[in-house]
Amino acid sequence: MAAEPIRFTIDDVEITALEGQSIIEACDAAGIYIPRLCHHPELEPSGNCRVCTCKVNGRNSATCVTPAAHGMSIENNTKELNDDRRMIIEMLFVEGNHPCPYCVASGNCELQALGYRLGMQAPKEVYQWPDRGIDATHPDIYLDHDRCILCSRCIRASRMEDGKTVFGFSGRGITMRLNIDATGGLGETQMAAIDKAARVCPVACIVIKRDSYRVPNGQRRFDLAPIGSDIEARRKQVKS
Amino acid sequence: MMAALAGVPDAPKPTLATCSLTGCFGCHMSLLDIDERLLELVDLVDLDRSPFDDKKTFDRLVDVGFIEGGCSNEYNVAELRDFRKNCRILVSVGACAINGGVPAMRNSISLRDCLESVYLNGASLDGPGMIPNDPDLPLLLDRVYPSHEIVRIDYFLPGCPPSGDAMWEGLKALLTGEEPELPYQLCKYE
Repeated sequence: MAAEPIRFTIDDVEITALEGQSIIEACDAAGIYIPRLCHHPELEPSGNCRVCTCKVNGRNSATCVTPAAHGMSIENNTKELNDDRRMIIEMLFVEGNHPCPYCVASGNCELQALGYRLGMQAPKEVYQWPDRGIDATHPDIYLDHDRCILCSRCIRASRMEDGKTVFGFSGRGITMRLNIDATGGLGETQMAAIDKAARVCPVACIVIKRDSYRVPNGQRRFDLAPIGSDIEARRKQVKS
Repeated sequence: MMAALAGVPDAPKPTLATCSLTGCFGCHMSLLDIDERLLELVDLVDLDRSPFDDKKTFDRLVDVGFIEGGCSNEYNVAELRDFRKNCRILVSVGACAINGGVPAMRNSISLRDCLESVYLNGASLDGPGMIPNDPDLPLLLDRVYPSHEIVRIDYFLPGCPPSGDAMWEGLKALLTGEEPELPYQLCKYE
């Protein structure tokens, strides 16, 4: 027996989903952008940043880990949800050190791009100025823990895609840190610059050495169009 | 208040004060970078206390205050508080006013370590050094503070520096009573 088609609405637009898709996957395919930070289309979802939270049938749900279901009614692009998302971004900005003017990720940074997209002029919470240290022990990769936003992308990529388990979390709550599976730092692990884990960091926590500032200002990933524009361009294709 | 001013013919022009705290004057340079629109700006605003005209004290309430730079010493804090007291609308302009900017690189190092590494143990020192302690020097704060951690700030104009276009759009909006909302390509944190 053929499965019933899954149809739901998001901001009054009807979407058809495939069996097994999460809400965010179905919306991506249909060209509806839901802001997200820890979610990466090529990695298992983890649902830990909560930026993709939408109101699903009136209740807040992280859409990267919520399966699409028939008849759902979802609110996404509302002032209330975007205010909450912007607050998450502001808190991440002050919890780490994110000096955009001299950061290698500027222009390609998803945290910065979400700040722009969600209308953050400046974070207004008190800056924490952490000093969690830099790990430069690896010949090709450096790791700046002050930039880490604990999205877990590298953990998931290392475990599932690279089969290496180089990264993990240690601690809980405000003391949670990205942990390396070697006492002597990243240089003692099997990590390589071609690993998936080295390529999915949304900020400048994991940086490939000797590879920065290649793209001039004005031609970087988010210089001209806001984050999510590529997904929204699909909507135009779907409609036409 | 500003909208009312903007709408009344023959009303006195709005006034603008600016200062550079712990910054590089890049934001002030960027304000000059609006090219021929400077002539329009002159029609739009009367410059009050500012490094541009070298006026050093307030003698009236000013409509808009532009703050460049964060607070790294007691002098900065006093000047910022003076601006808050004498400006109806206070705007944090640029990365240093907003998050401390480049000077805030010292924030994850203790002030003592920072001074000792420069003045006592610096590689380029010739002979024994000393940490400057002239009473005329303003006392350094433990770290560099963004403006909004010292006083209430009404608007933020990000950038390092904000481009001339961003300066113009932001300032023009404030002086004509609009909400300053920068288009995507003008709102940059760098």
